[in-house]
Amino acid sequence: MTSAIQASGLRKHYGTLAAVDGIDLSVKEGDVFGFLGPNGAGKTTTIRMLTGLARPTAGSASVLGYDVRSEVVKAKKAFGVVPESSNLYDELTALENLVFMGRLYGVPRQQCLRRAEELLALFRLSEKRDTRFASLSRGMKRALTIAAALVHQPRLLFLDEPTVGLDVLNARQLRAVVGQLNRAGTTIFLTTHYLEEADALCDQIAILKQGRIVASGTPAELKASVEAEPACTVRFSPMPQDAAAELTQRECVREVQVTAQGLRLRGPSLPRLTKLAYSYAQEKALQIEFISSHEASLEDAFVQLTGLSPDAMLAEKGGG
Amino acid sequence: MWRDNLRGILCIILKDMKAYYLKPPAISWGVLLPAALVLAFYLRDRGDVEELVPGLIALTVLFSTTAMEAVVINFELRIGAMERLLLAPISLWAVLMGKVLGGSVFGLIVVSAVGAGCVVGFGLFQSSLPYLIPVILLSLVVFSALGALVSVSVKEVFEAQTLANFARFPMIFLCGVFTPVGDMPAVLRHIAYALPLTYTVDGAKYALAADGGGSPVRDVIVLAAFALVLLLPAVRMLQRRFE
Repeated sequence: MTSAIQASGLRKHYGTLAAVDGIDLSVKEGDVFGFLGPNGAGKTTTIRMLTGLARPTAGSASVLGYDVRSEVVKAKKAFGVVPESSNLYDELTALENLVFMGRLYGVPRQQCLRRAEELLALFRLSEKRDTRFASLSRGMKRALTIAAALVHQPRLLFLDEPTVGLDVLNARQLRAVVGQLNRAGTTIFLTTHYLEEADALCDQIAILKQGRIVASGTPAELKASVEAEPACTVRFSPMPQDAAAELTQRECVREVQVTAQGLRLRGPSLPRLTKLAYSYAQEKALQIEFISSHEASLEDAFVQLTGLSPDAMLAEKGGG
Repeated sequence: MWRDNLRGILCIILKDMKAYYLKPPAISWGVLLPAALVLAFYLRDRGDVEELVPGLIALTVLFSTTAMEAVVINFELRIGAMERLLLAPISLWAVLMGKVLGGSVFGLIVVSAVGAGCVVGFGLFQSSLPYLIPVILLSLVVFSALGALVSVSVKEVFEAQTLANFARFPMIFLCGVFTPVGDMPAVLRHIAYALPLTYTVDGAKYALAADGGGSPVRDVIVLAAFALVLLLPAVRMLQRRFE
């Protein structure tokens, strides 16, 4: 399989600040490639260099076989970019925005209209075709911004934080469309703060920290590469209010987190954590509704590799 | 490549017309302000109204182009829409020319309406169109490029308007709109000759009055030079915004 994106020693310096500090990338055609990292790690700067918006300070990169320094205009015809902000034109309707984008990319007018209608249907926006962009809801704006990057049927799509700030339903719909596009053959380069999103969608992932790639591989490889602390999640019935505080005091427990599923106990030994859960239930005459051991997740990998908690990363982004 | 660029320029012009220019604020800035200024001077000194028409035309060109142009690019830079244009398979030059020509086309519509009004209202037209047309077309590009340069030079929209006024208002009084440049003190005369509106007024006076006093060829050459002098740094500054 050929490479959709190839980068070697790519750097971008702003004065003394190294926003991207020598990254090597290879994204296979047809893959969904996840580019993860905290704010300021260099994700957007990398996209800007790969799409010709910023000139690399050093290194080389090619997108769809075109050099990003000398042939980026040719590459632009074959890729689409969805920026982090929904930045279409407020005064134009949904249909007009899509037709404008298509015309800008040289799609013939009739084909453009047909394609725009198709995309409006795909994103469930057909009823809003004549509504001004300014009057659409946040989720609809996001969907239309993604649609605008698809009018010219790109082989490669850069998606910068596609679901940030969306409600669960809209985010799920957008993820489904991204999956659909990928199955139709579009290569996706995705940056996201949502680790479960990356885990669900991506074939390959690179984790970026302070302008450098600190790890890369499939989600499974990344999870396998970390030494996750054993954990088990347990839900008692009834759930005592002070259970978390009490269990934290026990010798085999290092940390107790309250999650939607119940209490997540972490400690050096999984058998001892499980035994504790049962003995606590017996001691307090509680029933165990649910108990499960916890496998290493992409979140564990991310935390170990970047030293940043995913919650802190979401808070930076104003996301949930 | 040039075909892609031409198509891109046309798309941007049409989009800007729809999104920004054919709106009440743009029209009021382009027509009402020049008309109010000319009327104020006419009421103060009720001379021959036809003498003020070249000035009215020149001010309409100045305000109709710069009023929105000085804001539009800055606004699009702020909301990220300019980035969207720069991601299209056209050159940065084409993007900027699309913006500048969008302002120029809007200015042409407004100045044509004002010109038609002058013909009907004052029964004018001793004009020499072969002189007037190149002077007006070049002036539209010059002042639209001035607006673009202002727009890419600042960070905030309000700063763009302030900077545009800093360039526009001295021109109103120094470039022969109300007082002939030849009647001014030497220092002001030298400043006037360094400002593009002087050549718009001179060309319009020559064409409308056909008095033979101006130098339309010089006006066209100087205005073409101003267009380049304003466009080149605007392109450079836009490039730098994305480095």
